[in-house]
Amino acid sequence: MSDLTGGGEMQDESSGIIKKFMFVNRRAPYGTVYALEALEVVLISAAFDQDISMVFLDDGVYELVKGQQTKAIDVKNFSPAYRALEGYDIEKLYVDADSLAARGLTEDNLLVPVEVLSAAQMAELMDQQDVVIGF
Amino acid sequence: MKLGILVNEGPYTHQASDTAYQFATAALEKGHRIYRVFFYHDGVNNATRLTEPPQDDRHIVNRWSKLAEQHGIDLVVCVAAALRRGIKDEILAKGFRISGLGQLVETGIQADRLVVFGD
Repeated sequence: MSDLTGGGEMQDESSGIIKKFMFVNRRAPYGTVYALEALEVVLISAAFDQDISMVFLDDGVYELVKGQQTKAIDVKNFSPAYRALEGYDIEKLYVDADSLAARGLTEDNLLVPVEVLSAAQMAELMDQQDVVIGF
Repeated sequence: MKLGILVNEGPYTHQASDTAYQFATAALEKGHRIYRVFFYHDGVNNATRLTEPPQDDRHIVNRWSKLAEQHGIDLVVCVAAALRRGIKDEILAKGFRISGLGQLVETGIQADRLVVFGD
């Protein structure tokens, strides 16, 4: 993970304030840089001891699909990083049920344990956040 | 209110930086404070002093610099995004500084609202 976070930035940045941060992933893992950037910000947020959740919807659900192979496009397969999130106490991963279904995917296709939510449940969860950043 | 602003798109191609600027000026006029403007992704292209738009066009970069000077606003450019795009200290416009993503997270923590501009 150190190559993702730039090493030295992982020190404790605690300010005493704990806010609910939600990172919304809506894009496929490759083709744009956004999925990778979201991981960067999530890991930095962990160093600030915040209440972090990650949401995967629309093509963002592809970020979590097992068996990613990127050799042919000469881009690093960063999907193992999602498995390492648990080690940074980032365990709130939410996936939109309709987005999964629309792509013929189920929870079994995903490489980490997630909570699958309906659109209404997702909206309620978003409403509870202090900071929402989309990728 | 103490506001944080996140700009995710470069100047001129996309409306985001213009709208963020207009939002910032409107908020300041209403008596709100801007805690920080953070430039991320292609948004780091808002920070180069090499920018030379045609004379009859708005100067997006200088406009940010001027706003920062007038109101003491912290303009922070994401270091990783900047270096990937050749944005370095030596070509930064006035008022901008390069720092890490931690500054974005800190803005989310410290500001009453973080307002995001870009797709």
